[in-house]
Amino acid sequence: MVLKSVYRPILYLLLIMLGLIFLMPVYVILTTSLKPIDQITLSQMWQLPSLIDFSSYQMAFSKLAPNFINSLYLVIPATLLSALLGSLNGYVLSKWKFKGSDWLFTAILFGMFIPYQSILIPLIQFLRTIHLYNTIPGLILVHVVYGIPVTTLMFRNFYSSVPYEMIESAKIDGAGIFKIYRHILIPLSISGFVVVGIWQFTNIWNEFLFAVTITTSDQQPVMVALQNLSGSQIVQWNVQMAGALLAALPTLLVYIVLGKFFVKGLLAGSVKG
Amino acid sequence: MEPKVKSAMQMKIQVRKKKTIVAKDRLFSFLFILPSILAIAIFVYGFIGWTGYVSLSNWNSQIPDFSFAGLKNYVSLFHDFRFQADLRNTAVFMILFIVLVLGMGLMIAVFLDQKIKFENLFRNIFFFPMALSFIVTGVVWQWILNPSTGVNLLMKKVGIEPMWYTSVKVIPGVEWGKIQVGIPIAVIAVVIAAVWQMTGFSVAMYLAGLRAIPDEVREAARMDGATEFQIFRKIIFPLLLPITISVIIIMAHISLKIFDLIYAMTGPGANFVTDVPGVYMFETTFRGNYYASGAAIAIIMLLSVAIFIVPYLLSNRKGES
Repeated sequence: MVLKSVYRPILYLLLIMLGLIFLMPVYVILTTSLKPIDQITLSQMWQLPSLIDFSSYQMAFSKLAPNFINSLYLVIPATLLSALLGSLNGYVLSKWKFKGSDWLFTAILFGMFIPYQSILIPLIQFLRTIHLYNTIPGLILVHVVYGIPVTTLMFRNFYSSVPYEMIESAKIDGAGIFKIYRHILIPLSISGFVVVGIWQFTNIWNEFLFAVTITTSDQQPVMVALQNLSGSQIVQWNVQMAGALLAALPTLLVYIVLGKFFVKGLLAGSVKG
Repeated sequence: MEPKVKSAMQMKIQVRKKKTIVAKDRLFSFLFILPSILAIAIFVYGFIGWTGYVSLSNWNSQIPDFSFAGLKNYVSLFHDFRFQADLRNTAVFMILFIVLVLGMGLMIAVFLDQKIKFENLFRNIFFFPMALSFIVTGVVWQWILNPSTGVNLLMKKVGIEPMWYTSVKVIPGVEWGKIQVGIPIAVIAVVIAAVWQMTGFSVAMYLAGLRAIPDEVREAARMDGATEFQIFRKIIFPLLLPITISVIIIMAHISLKIFDLIYAMTGPGANFVTDVPGVYMFETTFRGNYYASGAAIAIIMLLSVAIFIVPYLLSNRKGES
């Protein structure tokens, strides 16, 4: 549906306007965070900083750095483990189907849509009993478990596209469940691992509800620390904006470098193949 | 003769071996998914059951009290000013959010599908907010929509000066139950932030849908003399219907669960104008120790999400087999 050439300038104009609206928060973050505190006033909000001042980044960094490290300790193992589990589940639920396996898959899938408030009270009681409450390993466990549905979905969709004949002929050649997984599916699913990895990395990095209820103070991931920045008496907008940018940096970088895979994950996580 | 017989026997042995291998593999396949099944059974279904049990108890202090309270916690919620406000806010948020995400998403996707230059750049501009945390979005938009600063400085010149998320106004504000029913101005502020973050999702979905429609379909319609608008309305839009339904369901369930964005941007707000069940549950349970009440809110949230999600999952299953 290519519109006539008369409309094209209007089309570009509209797109550029929409684009500018979507980029407006970026402009606000950058200009606000680079201003010294005395320029953070209502009349100067939209102006560029008269001189570039990195002190708000210094301050935000010194406050967020420990939590930033916590987030890294959380997100790396949690992403790897949940991708591995999802891959195993996806393999079995697509290539080793059994009676009732599709129902089982639907039952697993339901877990990704529930509001986590509905499991939070028993979850915290449980973590207290196994002494993982207020620990990063506790949060890792939580993210791995509640990541099972979405990673299983993604890998199952992914493996469904591997032709069944390929598996059958491998079986005739005497390959068992491990060999088929190791030598056929894993090599074929490198991009699947990238998609799932990025998806889980982004989700776990950005997650807040578990983080704020399961951990306190020095165990907290970066998003909780960012939220706490605004809890202080005087709201220093320049420090907050710098903090927001620092906290968002890892997922933004991943998006900039591997955006194609991010969008793939987005589509894979919502539409069933 | 002899070699042939031998090979036939060998084959028999091989087949038997293969059968035991298959049976073994079957067993291993169960072992592969067993940890996940157990985890989901306990952490999802078991814990939901436990939360349901707590919601029927008298546990409304720091000391657990599992004596049976019946539906008391639920009944008092529906008589509660704050919860009634939550229901109104959630309904308003959900409708505005879905309509805007669908409308903007479809519009931008159609624009991007016009074989434009710099498509990748534009796509990235609309997609990148999705890579951000709701907390980051909340912090940034809190500053942009700050009534004493922010966007109002621009709007003042046009003569409008809304109070955004600090407004306690509800339009039209008809008294009903304990609350004023209508659209709280403050909710609009939160919707703007949420739409900014999530529009990329519907753009991506619609764009994928548009790209999946073969050009021949449009060509054929054009040959029959259909106008571009007719082609869109009669052919393209109906073909996009399944995507529209998916986006509606995904966005509806996000609206019902929303917590981080509101917690970071406005909190419950004065008169609870931006409060939602997610925030109420968090505060009443973990700040107020009203565990049974909090559990009741959580169960209501779960049921409302299930209304959308269960039919969606079941229809997806049917479509597959």
